[in-house]
Amino acid sequence: MKLKFSLEVLGLVALAALIAVVPSFVSSFTAYELATVGMYFIALLGLSILTGYSGQISLGHGAFMAVGGYTTAVLTVNGVYGHHMRDVWTIPIAGVVAGVAGLFVGIPALRLSGLYLALVTFGIAVSFRQIPLKFDHFLGGTSGKLLGLLQTPFGLSASPNDWIYYLTWGIAFVLLVVAWLFVRGKPGRTLKAIRDSEIAAISSGISLARYKTLAFGLSAFYAGVAGSLYAIARAYMNPDVFPVVLSVYLVAALALGGVDSFVGLIIGAAAIYILQNRADDVTSWINRLPHVNLNAQRPGMPDVIFGAVLIVVLILLPTGVGGALRRLFGPLTTRLYSKS
Amino acid sequence: MLVAAFTWTEFAQQIAAGVRQGAVFAGLALALVIIYRSTRAINFAQGEMATFTTFICWSLMNNGLSFWAAFPIVLAIAFVGGIAIERTIIRPVENGPVITIVIVTLGLALLLNGLMSVIWGGGNRPFRGPFSTRTIDVGGVPISVQDIGIVVVSFVLVALLALFFRFTKLGLALRAAALNRESSELVGVRVGWMLAFGWGLAAVLGAVAGMMVAPILFLDPNMMQVILLYAFAAAVLGGLDSPIGAVVGGLLLGVGITLVGRYVGFVGDVLKLPVALLVILLVLVVKPNGLFGRVAVRRV
Repeated sequence: MKLKFSLEVLGLVALAALIAVVPSFVSSFTAYELATVGMYFIALLGLSILTGYSGQISLGHGAFMAVGGYTTAVLTVNGVYGHHMRDVWTIPIAGVVAGVAGLFVGIPALRLSGLYLALVTFGIAVSFRQIPLKFDHFLGGTSGKLLGLLQTPFGLSASPNDWIYYLTWGIAFVLLVVAWLFVRGKPGRTLKAIRDSEIAAISSGISLARYKTLAFGLSAFYAGVAGSLYAIARAYMNPDVFPVVLSVYLVAALALGGVDSFVGLIIGAAAIYILQNRADDVTSWINRLPHVNLNAQRPGMPDVIFGAVLIVVLILLPTGVGGALRRLFGPLTTRLYSKS
Repeated sequence: MLVAAFTWTEFAQQIAAGVRQGAVFAGLALALVIIYRSTRAINFAQGEMATFTTFICWSLMNNGLSFWAAFPIVLAIAFVGGIAIERTIIRPVENGPVITIVIVTLGLALLLNGLMSVIWGGGNRPFRGPFSTRTIDVGGVPISVQDIGIVVVSFVLVALLALFFRFTKLGLALRAAALNRESSELVGVRVGWMLAFGWGLAAVLGAVAGMMVAPILFLDPNMMQVILLYAFAAAVLGGLDSPIGAVVGGLLLGVGITLVGRYVGFVGDVLKLPVALLVILLVLVVKPNGLFGRVAVRRV
């Protein structure tokens, strides 16, 4: 067990080093793109705690991201008593607001098993966009809210794109460590016990209510932070910034990466980024295949591929790519552990 | 909180509009219930399946067919398509965890949604329905022919299905397969095919719902997304495993949501969807089996 712990710490250190050096090797635009991937990664981390460890499903995490985005937009644009907050400081607040929203969803979720929870959270994803439309004088309606252009604060010398990259991945790294500590400690074990058998967990004296709501709140906090960063990077917030389909993408990416594999989530996050922002590139890659000539003006193709890949992966590798990797390398590493 | 002067004529018109919406919700909710009864999962691709078949109808009409000539062709395609979907992608995960089935149907929704954009292009387009929008006088209340047509078509379909389930051997086998899998297998019901058949029927119901709403909304790949949420609410309200519940729930929700949208100023048109969500949440927390559902007994 000690060796596993040191390996994981080593992995985290390597990840930190990788995060630090990447901007020196890529263009400023790529750094911005990678920052966006980092935001999806943060949201997926939260979802992974919820689904992978507590066994609850949420099809509504796009809505929690939107809560975070709107919190940042309101605090920076509308301000509090005329005081416009600097965007960086709104990030934790956005996380907390979304987290509290998550706790509120988590309470009825206690009475809902898998399928019903999927229904309710799907309902949240679909109906959330009506809220900014209803309170349009405050939240900007369809025309949205313009945040200040992305710029590097505190007199730092980094370009805005590098800044958002370091900001996002810095936060992502911290939240990854938090998630890691959370799931490898007592709460993680408790959640796993709940996931595997609620009845057995209750019999062992676990407070189901406390842990399941906690998981929902924490998970929504992650989504809120991600949404806040996304709004800052886009410098714009309206109901279409976080479309309904994003919630579906998040769950799909989680299933693709493997629900309880933090490494798999990076792959999932990259998949969402490509779907959301590089759709025509995907079409042109496909067009390189012989006898294929798709119209890049027609969107859709990435969704077709993503949907098809998702179905095939779930049928062939029910534990996702992360689980498959673990199975592939599992025998190797277990042998390492047993030596220690 | 009344917004405008109240007249009984307008109230009756609102009820009629509610019934028309409710008929569509009921059709889609019934499709969800049929799949839930057979597969124990909720089909999140139901909306996309419906829109896809509506696009096929649009294509056929563009190639010179009349609506009523295209109608049976579309239903046949939907039926075969539904069976094909169950056989190819649902069957392999059928015995897996519910979450896996849900995610597979989400994948199917993405796939179909993307496929619609690829084949027919994104954006919305008008869909010429079979009924005229002129109004006729029903007991002093002007109601559009289209509304009446939608309700009649939906209910003829529901009635046919009820007769089918009640009076044919195949219908009996379908009900048996949904009720008790092992026992049905023992008496020779081919349960696997019955589940596929259920998916086929659900696809047909969805197709009818899609073709009925398309003239009112505009046809685009996301057309049924919102309706699907109402259908969820209707199905939950009636009880997820009760076909009668789906129909009653659909009508109640259709009328209720129309009246609330019209007469509660704060809700208006904008907050109808969150109200539907609230319905789902309240029913699930207060009476999880809905109005007509059987009380589930869980064995530990």
